[in-house]
Amino acid sequence: MNDAAATIETHGLAKTYGATPALAGLDLAVRPGETLALLGHNGAGKTTLMRLLLGIARPSGGTVRVLGHTPGDNRAGRRLRRHVGFLPENVAFQEARTGRETLHYLARLKGDRPRANDALLERVGLHEAADQPVRTYSKGMRQRLGLAQALVGNPRLLLLDEPTSGLDPMLRQHFYQEVETLRRAGVSVVLCSHVLTELEARTDRVAILNRGHLTAWDTLDGLRRRAALPVRFRVAHDGGLRPEAADLPAACRVSGQDGNTIWLAAPPDAKMAVLRAVSGHDGVADVDVLPATLDDVYAHFGGGDAVADAEEAA
Amino acid sequence: MNAVGVIAWQELKDGFRNRWVAAATALLAGLALVLSLVGTAPAGGTDVDPLAVAVVSLSSLGNYLIPLIALMLTYDAVVGEQERGTLLLLLAHPVGRGHLLAGKLLGGGAILAIAIGVGFGLAGAAAAAGGTIPAASWGALGRLAGSGLLLGLAFLAVGLLVSTAVRQVATAAGVAVVVWLFLVVLYDMAALGALAAGAGEVLPRGVVSAFLVLNPADAFRLFNLAGVEGAGALSGLAGVQETLGVPRSTLLAVLAAWVVVPLAAAGWLLRRREA
Repeated sequence: MNDAAATIETHGLAKTYGATPALAGLDLAVRPGETLALLGHNGAGKTTLMRLLLGIARPSGGTVRVLGHTPGDNRAGRRLRRHVGFLPENVAFQEARTGRETLHYLARLKGDRPRANDALLERVGLHEAADQPVRTYSKGMRQRLGLAQALVGNPRLLLLDEPTSGLDPMLRQHFYQEVETLRRAGVSVVLCSHVLTELEARTDRVAILNRGHLTAWDTLDGLRRRAALPVRFRVAHDGGLRPEAADLPAACRVSGQDGNTIWLAAPPDAKMAVLRAVSGHDGVADVDVLPATLDDVYAHFGGGDAVADAEEAA
Repeated sequence: MNAVGVIAWQELKDGFRNRWVAAATALLAGLALVLSLVGTAPAGGTDVDPLAVAVVSLSSLGNYLIPLIALMLTYDAVVGEQERGTLLLLLAHPVGRGHLLAGKLLGGGAILAIAIGVGFGLAGAAAAAGGTIPAASWGALGRLAGSGLLLGLAFLAVGLLVSTAVRQVATAAGVAVVVWLFLVVLYDMAALGALAAGAGEVLPRGVVSAFLVLNPADAFRLFNLAGVEGAGALSGLAGVQETLGVPRSTLLAVLAAWVVVPLAAAGWLLRRREA
């Protein structure tokens, strides 16, 4: 079976709506137990990609294989969706149904025994509100119900669009622990998120979409290396430290200075040289090393366009 | 349970919760009771048994009410799910688009079956309380309920087509009202008016009967009036049916086609669409 090799495989995957290209020639592969962070501003093609993976939309060009099958509205496509958990952005439910009823309904549609999913309600902390209508739920509770339904039936692939929106930091952490557990069990996870920093160390691969094009697809470390973004240092001192006198490596530059704090920036390979130079001074009280964040990397690979566009529009 | 059954069952449950079942049943039962009680008064002097009179009245009642209830049950079935944002999640499950429509149709059909069964059953019981009923009249009541359900399924399917064809719930509601007005009220009036004006003598017989029979509401009425002894005296349409000589099986086939064709059209539209 080739689905052991790749959970998701696309070749030249393209989708146009009318004359507007939403995706242009996408080549992606996600293996079992791998987590892919899909980044991009609104309209970059993230949601379109999810719809193509689910077989809800049809590609205009190229091929897409999920768990070894072509997604679509036929028997094979439907069977495939049984193994895919999906959480749409801004998930919505029938307001009059209770949480438990909603979960049971969706579980039955997946051909799963509904009772087995009562445990899911507990896992997302909804067991107490399970018999209240969804209309009484807060945004966070709806999101948790959305996560519960995505986990129904032990999916082999999870497609999560903005999964942690509306969750408080505790639940957010809890959610990522769940994802990590699933990942270890061999579940592939595709995460779309605008909250980029929290994805760090949790994703194996990062794909950055910009206007339907894949501008980057690599591990986070790989992206960092390719971007060669500087490491930043915050040096707190007793007021007597002069950067000129600090004997810093040539590649290091001073990016800011105020009172008892000096900001430095250096290429990643000069990091230790900078640290050695700085720590040799008696006046230095503290040093913070700040590697490039995912936000910085994201901005470097074209994600910053969203900001530029918004400014242009304004 | 497969996807169609799961969706139908959920629709029925929703129907009980939002009191659609209760409202439709109360409406049909209330009016049917009134008709069967009032209906026995003028028939007192004739040989016609009270249930036969009730069946004629009920076929007129059903002719207006069943399509209305059916359209109200399904006009927002698809467009409503889309507007609320629940359609995407549903389609991400192992549910075919045809399954979705079939499930909604069967769920609505179950709600209608309850309303018709209870409503017409009560009317029959009320009529039976007033005197002995010949077996033929019970048969007519049974046929009325069965063909009423088929009429309901036809308009459920029409409602699903409306719901699939438009992009907003408000539009769907407007279109549903127009469809009801046209198929149930205006079409009938135009057909009978044309016949009364002598169109039957000018146009070939086949054209006239086809025009009348092709409408689901008229097919339902003709089907039910044909079999009732003495119905001709009680209804203007029975005479028409005898003149037209359309077999009952044809009328049932027309009703069945009104279930299948709109449903197939809705399925085609929904499959073409990308949610």
